Amino acid sequence: MNPRRKKRLGAILAIVLGLGSAVGLVLYALSQNIDLFYTPSELVQGKGKDLVKPEVGQRLRIGGMVLPGSVERDQNSLKVSFQLYDAGGDFVTVEFDGILPDLFREGQGIVAMGVLKDSHTVTASEVLAKHDEEYMPPEIAESLKGIQHFKPEYTEAQLQGGNQ
Amino acid sequence: MWKWLHPYAKAQTSYELAGKLVPWFVAVCSISFVVGLVWGLAFAPADYQQGDSFRIIYIHVPSAIMSMGAYTSMAIAAFIGLVWQIRLADMAVAAMAPVGAVFTFIALFTGAAWGKPMWGAWWVWDARLTSELILLFLYLGVIALYNAFSDKVLAGRAAGILTLVGVVNIPIIHYSVEWWNTLHQGATITKFAKPSIDSSMLWPLLIMLLAFKAFFGALMLMRFRNEILQRECHRPWVKALVMQEK
Repeated sequence: MNPRRKKRLGAILAIVLGLGSAVGLVLYALSQNIDLFYTPSELVQGKGKDLVKPEVGQRLRIGGMVLPGSVERDQNSLKVSFQLYDAGGDFVTVEFDGILPDLFREGQGIVAMGVLKDSHTVTASEVLAKHDEEYMPPEIAESLKGIQHFKPEYTEAQLQGGNQ
Repeated sequence: MWKWLHPYAKAQTSYELAGKLVPWFVAVCSISFVVGLVWGLAFAPADYQQGDSFRIIYIHVPSAIMSMGAYTSMAIAAFIGLVWQIRLADMAVAAMAPVGAVFTFIALFTGAAWGKPMWGAWWVWDARLTSELILLFLYLGVIALYNAFSDKVLAGRAAGILTLVGVVNIPIIHYSVEWWNTLHQGATITKFAKPSIDSSMLWPLLIMLLAFKAFFGALMLMRFRNEILQRECHRPWVKALVMQEK
């Protein structure tokens, strides 16, 4: 390789490596802020090396799995509350007044945006479903995971809009 | 060692090679596109949770992969163009940029259309979505910079530098779902472990991936030929070609 090409090669490598490490350091410094949501154990025990806990009244997003059996619906309104858990073993209660997305199920991951009410409770204004990266037909899901798949069934009265 | 490559630094030889390759890419693309799309949209089973909505994977995933693949190819071409100062490599960068930009747009658009019914939101500022949007802006920047100069040698150099600077975004897009908490799901097929998709759904996806790759190749080669003709329009061989056409 002749000296001029070698010089250009060096300059370009220096630019790309320098820029790459600069971006890397910026992202590392911001890493906690780039996370879209807190997990339940980060919310309860604190996040990062310094164990920073969010303050009560702070707007935040919380993401975790819906604890099976914890979903409680209000009979007369759209109010719903459920618990979220993660691998860390902590639970956070989410209260929500609105329509849940189609993929909302017990055991399914969700992300909720809202205000921290107390250290274990979030009042959500928006609930989003998080889908995992697994795709399979219903028969296989049934045999592999033991997930019983069925479409929600409605009574005649519900279909006609009555609220019995 | 590289002697067999040398003839292709000449614009005419590359122009003729590209012309010979285009029909092959078009043939592979049209066959695999029809097979993959019909298989994926009509015959693959519905997903256990998302039902039929998951079928957008057959457009979204190939276009997202190609949006990053096209950028990586551009970066390699820009690198060769800058270090060895081969004009044809700069032309290849210019030829690939708009195609890659359209792939990026398709990935963002189909993702938003899927996100509304599945997540409950068109758009979320999570790391994956934001870095893919930055990729679109990088493409637009490269296209704009290349067209901003009337001196195309200078234009190729400027666009090449921007392309190489932007390449740091590619690993960020790919690993964003692992490094940070995101709403976007993790990688299904672009990982070393076994793909977490059932084989009945995977095959049409792989065929669609081949179709998108061939589609990119065909479009890129056509644009590359145009770019060569435009840049070399005062050369005798182009004039001879035009006279021959008449």
